[in-house]
Amino acid sequence: MPAGVHRAFRRSLGPIVTSNDTTDALLADLRATLGPDRARAEPLELALYSRDAGVARGSAAAVCFPRNGYDVAQAVRVAAQHDRPFVVRGSGTGLAGGATPLGDPLVIVTTQMNRVLGVDADERVAWVEPGVLNLDLSREVAHLGLHYAPDPSSQQACTIGGNVGTNAGGPHCLASGVTSTHVLAVECVMGDGSVAQLGGLEPDVPGYDLRGCFVGSEGTMGIATRVAVRLTPNPPVVRTLLLDFMSIEDAAATVSGIIAAGIVPAALEMMDAEITRAVEDYVGAGYPRDAAAVLLVELDGLPDGVAHQVREVERVGKEHGARHVRVAADEAERALLWKGRKSAFGAIARIAPDYYLHDAVVPRTKLVDVLRQVYSIASEQQLTMMNVFHAGDGNLHPLIVFDAREPGVWERVERAGDEILAACVAAGGVLSGEHGIGIEKRDAMPLIFSADDLDAQARLRDAFDPSGRANPQKVLPRGSRCGELTRVPEGAWI
Amino acid sequence: MPGSSEFPELCEAVAAAPAVSTVGSRTHWEVGGAPPIGAVEVVAPSGVVVFDPDDLTVTVNAGTTCADLAAVLGARGQECALDPRDPAATVGGVLATGLSGHRRLRWGPLRDRVLEVRFVTADGRVVKGGGPTVKNVSGFDLPRLLVGSLGTLGVIARTTLRCQPLPAASVWCTTALDPFAVRAAVLRPACIRYDGSTTHVLLEGETADVAAELATIGGVECPVPAWPDAPHRGRISVPPAELRPLLDGLGGRGGLSVPGVEWAAEMGVGTVHVAAATPDALVGAREAAETVGGWLLREQGAAGIDGFGIALPNLALMRRIAEAFDPTGKCAPGRLPLVRDPVLVEQSDGI
Repeated sequence: MPAGVHRAFRRSLGPIVTSNDTTDALLADLRATLGPDRARAEPLELALYSRDAGVARGSAAAVCFPRNGYDVAQAVRVAAQHDRPFVVRGSGTGLAGGATPLGDPLVIVTTQMNRVLGVDADERVAWVEPGVLNLDLSREVAHLGLHYAPDPSSQQACTIGGNVGTNAGGPHCLASGVTSTHVLAVECVMGDGSVAQLGGLEPDVPGYDLRGCFVGSEGTMGIATRVAVRLTPNPPVVRTLLLDFMSIEDAAATVSGIIAAGIVPAALEMMDAEITRAVEDYVGAGYPRDAAAVLLVELDGLPDGVAHQVREVERVGKEHGARHVRVAADEAERALLWKGRKSAFGAIARIAPDYYLHDAVVPRTKLVDVLRQVYSIASEQQLTMMNVFHAGDGNLHPLIVFDAREPGVWERVERAGDEILAACVAAGGVLSGEHGIGIEKRDAMPLIFSADDLDAQARLRDAFDPSGRANPQKVLPRGSRCGELTRVPEGAWI
Repeated sequence: MPGSSEFPELCEAVAAAPAVSTVGSRTHWEVGGAPPIGAVEVVAPSGVVVFDPDDLTVTVNAGTTCADLAAVLGARGQECALDPRDPAATVGGVLATGLSGHRRLRWGPLRDRVLEVRFVTADGRVVKGGGPTVKNVSGFDLPRLLVGSLGTLGVIARTTLRCQPLPAASVWCTTALDPFAVRAAVLRPACIRYDGSTTHVLLEGETADVAAELATIGGVECPVPAWPDAPHRGRISVPPAELRPLLDGLGGRGGLSVPGVEWAAEMGVGTVHVAAATPDALVGAREAAETVGGWLLREQGAAGIDGFGIALPNLALMRRIAEAFDPTGKCAPGRLPLVRDPVLVEQSDGI
């Protein structure tokens, strides 16, 4: 998300720890091990690293900036010697509080490990350090006709390491798959400071898919220090279409119709009336201000096939009441159409100073039902709600805009969030499509998982990190291990 | 949605058994470690549970055969790229062995098809991992953990899989192009198969695109090529960049010469399907693979050799995972070399 836009409204999860004897000793050991300029604990910095782009605030004991995997292993060992947990952090763009430090941990920041270590253009693989920015990787391999496919909205700012941690998605993951599909191997530092390689460049590795477990584990299974990612050839032809509708139902029916026509577009995004107007006022991309919904459809591949699919999408759209089907004539117009979609967060800043972005997934066939409920929840709570989301895979992003200075508003935002999540789950959906669970949705996990399900996940996590020091208190609610079952704590925050 | 009331008979059978082995169609029965002797054999339920083509997902009981699943999906113009060698294989069997199909180059490995899994644990509980939607990052990825676990973490009972529209056109062809050059010449080939003499390419997609790419590579349409078959079979896994030295060796053109071995490689993937007349010849192929940093999984026959030939990487971690799910080691004992030290190729049976 663009810097400076999100004027966050945050909730403190604990007091900020100021320097004391214990943290002084930790800091001294970190500086002795990593170098004097590699570890810090000044109050301003601790405050800066006390949160990510989500709403939860924690407190860190110290922050360190390793240069390489060896430094990371050393930092983890120093943390262990001081009996401290550790939390890995990339750019801090996560929205679920996955990088929020809980339990006064050492925060290990990977942003200075930002080298692309090697690219094999023939086999379309790159080894990168975790601090490489998502978009930088695609830029770096562009001259080879390749790109890195997952494209979260924060791709200018987020790191590959963070993408691995959250199993990040993006508009173009509909056809090409989310991060896990594109990660071949991970070199990581485990909770005890040992180094392991999970997965490999060979297609199969004997035994369990540890790589698959690690991707999306939100820093609870260790710290990625190198990642082998798959690169994707740039398609020779890309066509972007904008379809506008007088009803959300027509737009949703078009989405289903496109799939039924045997087409899985590269991207299939929907924006509702509110956000379409806001975006149009902001960037002037030529979106119709009076539409109830617009669809942004991207098709790519070979010339003839794409031309055929463009005609099919036009036909399906018209059959379902599309007023206009605009096919971007050139790259500039295509970029403009996408600019509208990608400027959603900038646009809403003009409406209200704060926003809260939800992330949930429902089966595509339930999109309209759930959207109706989302609107009625917003109206009951007297909140302004906008929807811009990945319609192709049912990944909803209801966006609540508000002014945190208004008394009582946060309670209503929270209530709406709970109700939206409940509606999605009731429709057979899940808690998160691409942001992760972190701390934000941790205590909602029992909505979709039984005690036995959570127990199995807790066992997996414990197997990876018997020390329990890797990003504690995240993803799984307290008491997930059977035998230690307790009630979900009062005031659990969703 | 707690699932303790699902699959009551299967849960009871697994809980009561001192050791348990899941049986599907036995098409993948010899993959990996030796089949457990004396274990109680259990069968997963069968049948498609929910298929809504609009969602591009299907929920299916693990005992369903891939052929039956394909028929249900195909009737609505869709498919799930499981692609077992033998379509009589069950969905659960394919998942448990983790063997990806021949269209991996286009559609990715088997594990990318799996969205949700319900499995029965050693003590007879039903555990669900993942979720039924095409996109989901809620919780840790148990489905991927179970793919290729060979039954050692529990009995897969039901799964939700990602489907895709059937391609408008699907054509196998031969080409005179260098097998290493085909991938750069076409956009999204489904498979590039090279057996040392002939290069076969599977093109899938829009009819016009398939025709265009056929012309690009000078392709000549041909029948579906057979994969190597013999009493002793395995698959080599090497980084694709190592295929050239490996294949030169297997083909006897310099490097290692392995008589009695027929092979076919999936170019760009790094899987080489190997069929051998004798166990010794399969061992020879394994050694050729190891020379270039790969390994060979025993799929069939060659009962005297180790299923994997190499130690499991991160063995201590894998052991902890196995013990976390199955503390007494009753699930498919011996299928993965978790307990004992890894057994190397038995030299007496080898070269």
